Amino acid sequence: MRNTTATRLLFEMSHPGRGTQIFPESDVPAAGSHIPPIPATMKADAPPALPEVAEPDIVRHFVNLSTLNMSVDSHFYPLGSCTMKYNPKRHERLARLHQAANSHPYQPESQIQGLLKVLFELQGMLAEISGLPAVSLHPAAGAQGELTALLTAAAWYRHKGEDRRRVLFPASAHGTNPASAALAGFECVQLSAGTGGFVDLDELKKEVDARTAVFMITNPNTLGLFEKDIRKISEILHDAGGLVYIDGANMNAILGKTRPGDFGGDMMHYNVHKTFTGPHGAGGPGAGPIAVRDFLADFLPSPIVTHDPSRDWYSLTTPKHSIGQVRTFFGNVGILLRGYFYIRTLGGKGLREASENAVMNANYLLSQLKDVLEVPHGDRCMHEFVASAKNLKTRTGVTAMDIAKRLLDYGYHAPTVYFPLVVEEAMMMEPTETESLETLDAFAQVIRNICQEPPELVRSAPHSTPVSRPDEVTAARKPVLCWSDCKS
Amino acid sequence: MAYLFDSPDQRRKMLDAIGVSDINELFRQIPAEVQLQRELRLAPPCSELALQQEMELTLGAPPGPVPACFLGGGVYDHFIPAVVDELTGRGEFYTAYTPYQPEASQGTLQAFYEFQSLICQLTGMEVSNASLYEGGTAVSEAVFMAMRVNDRHGKVVILGSVHPEYQQVVRTYLAELRTEVVVVPAKNGVVDPADVAAVVDSETCAVVMQQPNFFGCLEDIQSMTDLAHKAGALAVLSFDAISPGILRKPGDYGVDIAVAEGQPLGTPLQFGGPLLGVFTCRNEFVRKMPGRLIGRTKDKNGKDCFVLNLQAREQHIRRDKATSNICTNQGLIALRATVFLAVVGRLGLQQMAELCHEKARYAAEKLTQIPGVTLRFSQPFFREFVLSTPEPAADVLSKLAAAGINAGPSLARVFGGTVSTAANTFGISDQDQCFLVACTEKRTRQEIDTFAAELRRILQS
Repeated sequence: MRNTTATRLLFEMSHPGRGTQIFPESDVPAAGSHIPPIPATMKADAPPALPEVAEPDIVRHFVNLSTLNMSVDSHFYPLGSCTMKYNPKRHERLARLHQAANSHPYQPESQIQGLLKVLFELQGMLAEISGLPAVSLHPAAGAQGELTALLTAAAWYRHKGEDRRRVLFPASAHGTNPASAALAGFECVQLSAGTGGFVDLDELKKEVDARTAVFMITNPNTLGLFEKDIRKISEILHDAGGLVYIDGANMNAILGKTRPGDFGGDMMHYNVHKTFTGPHGAGGPGAGPIAVRDFLADFLPSPIVTHDPSRDWYSLTTPKHSIGQVRTFFGNVGILLRGYFYIRTLGGKGLREASENAVMNANYLLSQLKDVLEVPHGDRCMHEFVASAKNLKTRTGVTAMDIAKRLLDYGYHAPTVYFPLVVEEAMMMEPTETESLETLDAFAQVIRNICQEPPELVRSAPHSTPVSRPDEVTAARKPVLCWSDCKS
Repeated sequence: MAYLFDSPDQRRKMLDAIGVSDINELFRQIPAEVQLQRELRLAPPCSELALQQEMELTLGAPPGPVPACFLGGGVYDHFIPAVVDELTGRGEFYTAYTPYQPEASQGTLQAFYEFQSLICQLTGMEVSNASLYEGGTAVSEAVFMAMRVNDRHGKVVILGSVHPEYQQVVRTYLAELRTEVVVVPAKNGVVDPADVAAVVDSETCAVVMQQPNFFGCLEDIQSMTDLAHKAGALAVLSFDAISPGILRKPGDYGVDIAVAEGQPLGTPLQFGGPLLGVFTCRNEFVRKMPGRLIGRTKDKNGKDCFVLNLQAREQHIRRDKATSNICTNQGLIALRATVFLAVVGRLGLQQMAELCHEKARYAAEKLTQIPGVTLRFSQPFFREFVLSTPEPAADVLSKLAAAGINAGPSLARVFGGTVSTAANTFGISDQDQCFLVACTEKRTRQEIDTFAAELRRILQS
C-alpha cells in the first residue's frame, strides 16, 4: 500500500514550468536611477536551479515521507536520555498566537509586553524548579547551555583574578560536556567510570585543585542513578574554589523531588524539548536555558528580561558583567513558550507527579526486563535505566544493535544503544511518564520474545521497515551529501 | 494533570511488581537532606480552556490594526505559504528526534538530504550540513572550522559591516581563546578591500564578510575573497537567504564557507527564535564541518536510502575532539525551509527577491522625498537600507510605531545599545539619527505610502 513513487527526490519530480503562483505581481512603480541600482557584476545570471514541482506533488511527497518515520505521536519511543514524552497539542496552537509567532526581535517593547511578561515568568519558574535564582533563556539547546555556563564561569573567575583552565567530567558524561568544554577553550579531564556507576570520590579529590574551574555532572547520571554522594562531590569542588555544573538532561526524574541548587549545583541547563515537552522536531529545535547561583548572575549572557514593578513594565536588559550574546536575538522563544505552557498546565504538584510516574514507569519496565537482560547497576533506577546485551551476545551473538533493529519490526522505536560508553552493549531505556501500563507490558513482552527468537532472525533485522541496515561504511568512505552528486 | 494514564489499581500493580509499597520509596536514592520537603511554588495547574483564554489575552495581538513591519537586521517578515505549516505540522515529523535509527527515520533523513541538496543549489556551494542554531553561531562555527582547516589560531578578520550581533557572538565564543578579532570598519556603508588587505596576514584563519551587509549595502566580495585566498585565509560569507533570487550566489565568488540565517525561508519571526543556521562549504573541508550530515547510500538489499553520515566528527563519538559541541540542531526549521524552497521553486524565489528589491527601492525613493531624509549610504542595496533623519532615530521610530509603522532597528540600538554589547566599529558620528528600513514581498504600496506620509508628518510636527 505504500506509495513509493511519491518519495522520489524533489529534484527528480521537477519539470520546467511547473509550480504554483505564490506571490502577486509588483504593485509599486520602478524607482528612479538616483536610487543606486545593483551593478550587473553583482547580479545573478539566472536564479538558483531549485526544482519546479507542483504543489499537489509536494504535499503528497512530504505526507508519504512522514509515514516513513517513527515518532512519539505514532510509536512508543523509549530513547534513553531524550525524554520522548507526549507533546501536548494545545501548545502548538498557543505558540501560534500573534505575539508569540509574529514578533520581530527588534519590535518596540511596548508592543510585546505580554510576551516579555510570559518570558519573565518562565525565568522565575526555572529558578524555582532548579533552586538556582538567576536564569538565562538565551541558549538554543542543551549543548549551548553548557557552553554558555562555562563561559559565564570563566568570566567570573577572570573577574576574581583567578586563572582556572580545567573542566572535569566522569566517563559516563554526555559527549556534549567535553565537546563544550573544549570549544570554550578549557582543558578536559575525564575521570574513570567509578564504582557501581558513581563518581569515585578519592579520584575526584586527587584531580580537583586550584586549576579546576568546573566539574560537569549529569544527575541523575546517565546510568539512571542519583549520585548518592552529590553533596560530598560539591563540597570537594567548593572547598577547592571550583564550581559544579549540572547537566539537566535528566531533570524529568526529579521535578519537585529535589533541586540542583539544593544538592550543591552552581549552574545547570534545562532541555526544554525534553523535560518540558517542546517537541523534538526530528532533531531540533530545542531550548537550553541555564540557571545559576546569584554570584554568577551579573555574568549571564545578554539579554535577560527584567520587570519594573513601579511601572509594571518588562524590558530586555544586559547583566552588568555579561559575557555578551552566544546567539543572535533573545532565545528559542517558540520552544521556551511550549515549556511555559507545560509548566502552567501542570503546576508544582503536576510536575512532581510527572517525575514520580516517569520513575515508576522506568522501574516497572526494569522489573519486567531484568530477568531477560542484565541490568548491571542494580534493580532500582530513576527515570531511565541501562540494560546490557553483553551476556546475550556471548551466548547467541545477538547485540544491543540487533535488538534495537528487531524492535522496529514490532513497531517500537529502539532505546539508545551503545551509550553510556561505560556499559558494554548498552541499551538505555527511558519510557517517560506518558506511557501506559499496557504499552510497557507489551514492550517488555516483545523484548522477551526477541531474546528467544532464532539469533539469525534478530541479527538480520529489521525485516519489515522500508529499508534495512544501510551501508554506513561506504556512506562515510564516499560521502554522497547532495542530489547533484548523485547525478555525476 | 500530567498527561498520565495510571488508575489506582494499575499503579498498585506496578508498585507491587517493582517491590515497593509507595512511590516515594523509589526516590530513596536521593539523600533525605536534599529532598524537597514542599511543593514547588508555581502557579496552580491550568486547564486547556483557561490557559487558552488567558494566553489569548496575554499573547494575542494588541488592540487595533497590526503595524506594518519594515523591521530588518537579519530576520524579516516574509510570507509563509500554507503548505509549510500544514506539512511540517505533521506529528510524524515534529515528534520524532534525531534519526539515529535510519530504518525508522527515512522520512526525516530524506527530507534533510533534500534540504542539503536545495541549499547547495541555493548557494552554489558543494556541501551543506543539516542545520545549525542560527546565523550568528553559524558564523562562529565557520571561524572555528577555518582554524581547523588552516591551523591558524592567531587572528580572525571580520568586516565591521557584518551584523553586530554576529560579531558579538564570535567574540563571546572566542573569549577564552587567544585568537585576536580584528574588525575592519566600513566607510560609506561598505568596507574598502584595501583596508582588509592591510590586516590580513599569515596568522589570519578567515576573513568574515556579509552580503548584503548589515546596512543593506553590497560589498565587493570578489576582491576580498581573492585577497583572503592570497594570504592563505578562508573566505567566509554570510549571505541573505533570499538574495540568490537576483544576486550572485556565494559559490559564484569562490568563497570557502557560506552561512546564512535561514529564517526567511518559511519560518515565522517568533521574537528571533527558533531560527535556522545554514552552513555550507567546499567539498574538500567536509570532514572538518560542524553539525549533522545526511548521506545517501544503499541498504543491505541494494535499496537507495539515507543515513546520518560522517558521525565520527560529532560530539557523541569524538567528545572533546569533535568539530562542534552541537547535538540538538534546528531540524524542524530545516524541514520548513525544505518545504518552502520546494513550493516557491526556481521562479518563485526570483520573483520573491525581485519584489523585496523593487519595494525597497520604491520605499527609498518615497522616503527620501521628505525634506532632510536621506539614504545614509549612497550604495546599491538589495532589500534594506539605512535612512538618516534630522531627528533622533529612537524618537522617530517610537512615533512611527504609534502610527502603525514598525521600522528599525536604529544603528544606536544595535551598535552599543541594550541589545548588543558590540563595540561601535563602523565609525559614523550620526548613528543616533540612523535606522534600518527593510522590505519584504509582503509590504504593499499603500503601506509604503503611509510610512512616507507618517514620517513626513512626524518630522514636520
